[in-house]
Amino acid sequence: MELNPLIIFIAAIFTSNILLTNFLGMCSFLSVSKEVESSLGLGMAVVFVMTITSAINYAVYHFVLVPLDIIYLQYIIFIIVIAAFVQLTEMVVERFSPILYYSLGIFLPLITVNCAILGVSLFMVIRNYTFLQSIAYGAGSGLGWLLAILALAGIRQKVKEKYVPSGLAGAGLSLIITGIMALAFVGFSGIVVIQ
Amino acid sequence: MKIKEIFVTSAFTENSVWRQILGICSALAVTNLMMNSLVMGLGVIFTLALSGFTISLIRNYIPKRIRMMVQTLIIASYVIIVDLFLKAFYPEISRALGPYVGLIITNCIIMGRAEAFAGKNSPFDSMIDGIGAGVGYTIVLLVIAFVREIFGFGTLFGFQVMGDWWTKWSIMVMAPSAFFMLAILIWIINTPKKQVG
Repeated sequence: MELNPLIIFIAAIFTSNILLTNFLGMCSFLSVSKEVESSLGLGMAVVFVMTITSAINYAVYHFVLVPLDIIYLQYIIFIIVIAAFVQLTEMVVERFSPILYYSLGIFLPLITVNCAILGVSLFMVIRNYTFLQSIAYGAGSGLGWLLAILALAGIRQKVKEKYVPSGLAGAGLSLIITGIMALAFVGFSGIVVIQ
Repeated sequence: MKIKEIFVTSAFTENSVWRQILGICSALAVTNLMMNSLVMGLGVIFTLALSGFTISLIRNYIPKRIRMMVQTLIIASYVIIVDLFLKAFYPEISRALGPYVGLIITNCIIMGRAEAFAGKNSPFDSMIDGIGAGVGYTIVLLVIAFVREIFGFGTLFGFQVMGDWWTKWSIMVMAPSAFFMLAILIWIINTPKKQVG
């Protein structure tokens, strides 16, 4: 399967959006999406971490796990890489750019437990992507996630003041909005297909 | 009595999915078929029970600062067991579940129970709590999968239950319906009693 990385990039944003079709990263998606500003901060952090960790995990998988024949340890290794990378980023950002740290840094610890990050690494392995394809997939998925959380935050701010049945308020309403968004994204299917 | 209490609390009154909205990534992803949901549920019960037991057993020896990392590693080890077991004995289901078995590691329910319960209670109680939370999660999965499979494929556990006249609702197989079904479930359960009656 030789897909152009650009096609994978576009597909990861629209037709196979990591959140709306693969349901990954729901926890932080629902809890942080109350305001557009914090959603943007978390989304940017996700794009950054997802792109870099997919590259690192690609290298680790193909140059360490496969030669040593310890593929079954991939879950542990991937999660350690992600946690270590997030920790490192947090320290670097705090040291060199306090402004960026205050807008982005507080979201970094949340990212270790965002299943979308681990999910991207696992999908990359299952689908046998090349190095460039993996980076394109990681960046595209991050942007897709950012797009979805921004849209939800925008809609939630609009409906905040409106009447909602008491049992549906909060998570229930967010899920319905997300469902309608997912329905809208189904409209993109057919542009490009990756599997 | 006490065991029953722990179990009921973590399975129903404090159910992770509809009370705390945790672990819904996989609750949405695998629920298009009953069989996948059941296997996923069993995997989560296994991981929750044993990770709760282990974390509680060594809770006094883990330094507070690296607590999360240790918990994640313990959880990941059990998930690897589940993954290898499925690959060896049920390769087809393992392929259908794809990366979602591995994603049990980042399922917030497991981390949530480890933080909220296993870190403070005895190993046996933690195991019961884990099984309870897992059962509560599995019930949610099966309820959603029941509706999605019967409308989407006309089958239950792969057996034909609807006749040939049944028109399959393709939306039930696709992603959006999972969001709607979970939202409706949460809505029904969280509606105050007086409004229902």
